[in-house]
Amino acid sequence: MTPLLSVQGLSKSYGRHVGCLDVSFDLWPGEVMGIVGESGSGKSTLLNCMAGHLAPDAGRVMFDTRAEGPVDTLRLSEPARRMLTRTDWAFVHQHARDGLRMGVSAGGNVGERLMAVGARNYAGIRASAVDWLDRVEIDAGRVDDRPGTFSGGMQQRLQIARNLVTGPRLIFMDEPTGGLDVSVQARLLDLMRGLVRRMGLSAVIVTHDLAVVRLLADRLMVMKDGRVVESGLTDQVLDDPQHGYTQLLVSSVLQV
Amino acid sequence: MYVAVKGGERAIDNAHAWLGEERRGDPGIAELGVPQIREQLALSVHRVMAEGSLYDPDLAALAIKQARGDLIEAVFLIRAYRTTLPRFGASRPVETAQMACDRRISATFKDLPGGQILGPTFDYTHRLLDFALLAEGEAPVGPSKATEPGPVPHVMEYLDREGLIEQAPLVETTPPDLTRTPMALPAERALRLQALARADEGFILGLAYSTQRGYGRTHAFVGELRIGMVSVEMDIPELGFAITIGEVRLTECETVNQFTGSKTEPPQFTRGYGLVFGQSERKAIAMSLVDRALRWKELGEDDAGVPAQDAEFVLMHADNVQATGFLEHIKLPHYVDFQSELELIRKLRRAAQAETEALL
Amino acid sequence: MTSFGQKYPGGPGAEPLDIGTHYNFAYLDEQTKRMIRRAILKGLAVPGYQVPFASREMPMPYGWGTGGVQVTAAVLVPEDVLKVIDQGADDTTNAVSIRKFFERTAGVAVTGRTQDATVIQTRHRIPETPLTADQILVYQVPIPEPLRFLEPSETETRRMHALQDYGLMHVKLYEDIARHGAIATSYAYPVMVAGRYVMDPSPIPKFDNPKLEMDAIQLFGAGREQRIYALPPHTRVVSLDFEDYPFEPSKADHACALCAATGSYLDEIITDDAGGRMFVCSDTDFCQSRLSGATP
Repeated sequence: MTPLLSVQGLSKSYGRHVGCLDVSFDLWPGEVMGIVGESGSGKSTLLNCMAGHLAPDAGRVMFDTRAEGPVDTLRLSEPARRMLTRTDWAFVHQHARDGLRMGVSAGGNVGERLMAVGARNYAGIRASAVDWLDRVEIDAGRVDDRPGTFSGGMQQRLQIARNLVTGPRLIFMDEPTGGLDVSVQARLLDLMRGLVRRMGLSAVIVTHDLAVVRLLADRLMVMKDGRVVESGLTDQVLDDPQHGYTQLLVSSVLQV
Repeated sequence: MYVAVKGGERAIDNAHAWLGEERRGDPGIAELGVPQIREQLALSVHRVMAEGSLYDPDLAALAIKQARGDLIEAVFLIRAYRTTLPRFGASRPVETAQMACDRRISATFKDLPGGQILGPTFDYTHRLLDFALLAEGEAPVGPSKATEPGPVPHVMEYLDREGLIEQAPLVETTPPDLTRTPMALPAERALRLQALARADEGFILGLAYSTQRGYGRTHAFVGELRIGMVSVEMDIPELGFAITIGEVRLTECETVNQFTGSKTEPPQFTRGYGLVFGQSERKAIAMSLVDRALRWKELGEDDAGVPAQDAEFVLMHADNVQATGFLEHIKLPHYVDFQSELELIRKLRRAAQAETEALL
Repeated sequence: MTSFGQKYPGGPGAEPLDIGTHYNFAYLDEQTKRMIRRAILKGLAVPGYQVPFASREMPMPYGWGTGGVQVTAAVLVPEDVLKVIDQGADDTTNAVSIRKFFERTAGVAVTGRTQDATVIQTRHRIPETPLTADQILVYQVPIPEPLRFLEPSETETRRMHALQDYGLMHVKLYEDIARHGAIATSYAYPVMVAGRYVMDPSPIPKFDNPKLEMDAIQLFGAGREQRIYALPPHTRVVSLDFEDYPFEPSKADHACALCAATGSYLDEIITDDAGGRMFVCSDTDFCQSRLSGATP
């Protein structure tokens, strides 16, 4: 069985400052990988390199496509890459505004990917949009409202709906709960956990919040100064951290 | 009984005749001569040459007369004329280092070889209307030159020798001609500079001003500003050598901007460049600021998202002939499309009303 | 001191300006025409694709038809018969101005009769009389890019066309239906050409869209934006819509007050202060032909 995603030797520097250095890991269908670290650890650089938003200096990102087996997504042609991001891949941004069209209604936001791959029945598109709003616990009556009128948590859930409507197999998330109130975070995490399980999604989640990885991730990598200092099963790493930095992170979390 | 409107042709002819009358103005007043415009409104002539992209002071003066002083209209006339001219070939790049400078100043050094030459500038005049100019009097006389001004080296060379400023990039390939190939984005620097050289002075001035006020600040110093005549040379294949075909007046501005470094290079000052026909200082300085702002990507700087950094925004809106054409085209009849909008809005309102009534 | 008469043609003391000696046939020089024709051929080879071309400065302002004029100038031959219309009429000021320009610079015969013309330059309408395989229709285009108002960046729209990434276009239509209950575009209605490129047919009313499938060659010139595109005869042109909200080529629900035609696009004329109005054919030649009984 081939891994769904295989990152090999991914590196990116900004001048003399290391973004991420020689990162490798495999991700299997249905697995969730958490990447934790504090600001400046390189986790966002790594995520953006994997997702194709940044050009890395070295490395490969192999994705197991349905049609052609594993391909190096970094070397895909632009049309092929766009198709991938519209169908098999999804990206949830930290700030919902980066992942939504603020000038378009909620229904239009969710329907866009469907229309981009050829959906031409208005009633059908609208019904899918309403269905998805329901699944992410947004009141269907808001289907024609613009995201600017939504709360932060709702915008994030809308972003998730927009990404999942075409049934992707791999989802990248960048600090998905950043900036949200604690209770809102909890609700969002619950929702995401349910969706990931039900849809058999694989996910790569970048966060500084250990509670997020505890709840969502099967495995995790800890990053510091652009390097992976520790990795393993989430529970193992969090309950019995080996590396000094991981120990520091774990012990620093306030117990409420 | 309604009869379809006719008479467009006669209306146009009458409009043109009236225009001719207005252009002449009061027949009791002496007619403006083209040489008078060329000599006494020289800065207008220079601007029209610069934005018309055609160096011919007489033609520019004629265009200004025909356009009744509307400089953009005059630029339009020059551009349209330019299109029809045959092209014999291309000159060699002019050597501004060989310029006979009438004006030459540097803000970065107190004194420098060749000196600071003020030249015929408004800079230190007090802006008080001089009512003596209402009367036509004797021609004022300027100071006599002690010696003929000789070529003066560029001050940037000194910074260059110390390695303090980025090398002026030497490009071997001939840059594309903006008037012969469509603008293609992203545009290389040579094409951007062409577009800026003929861009609307007001637009470039505003953009440059915006960079000074924080919209993409480049910390510009005027390294050198020089104005004077340069000779234009052209290689003649039949002769096997180059000949001088004429002289043009140019304004050149080189700015020294904030320094930058990279993975492999230590910090150096960076450059901005402006070159314009005639004595067009404001335009040349503004051009160099905007040129520098547009170079952010190749210098590894951040995209601050400001207008002056957005090459597409700057280059697509800088041409005043294009801009005024499109702006003013909204005066043309649009009633067919307006009719469609009327029908659509009536239909939507009927539908909305029917819905409201159905609910009642 | 320059002697104008010697340096410039037409100056004081010079020979009277003769268009023929000082300008090439149809104003543009042959090199320029060749460049434009190459662009036209490319456009015909890839229907609906916007071909960049080096638009020349023309003696009329950008935005006033320079693209159409350059295309017409490039395709005209001395034997052509030219018709120029604006808003469907031969006698609107800009149509008059452009027709006179070609009379002066090309000396071609001109006509107001659609079926007598070999080249028709138009702004914002397609003639009601069906065109034939012997005719060329040249459109004046202000903004060639159908995605422009959804995405202002040219580099991005070019990429969208290259990748056939037209989702945003349908999102706009979806939003219209969600907000108004119907698609709210009434002119410059976007079309899909030969199943590949989304194209802006120029600001013709959507009523004219079905006529875009025709026997004549259609050429589109945008001077200021520097683009040419084309539709060869019989090209498949489909107006964008949804299956359950199909495209409707609607017009005012009246007959022409002059010629009684019910199937032509109508102008609304305000006749008095009390809001009185009448509807008259926009295509003046079509209307007059019917009135004089000379309908083909």
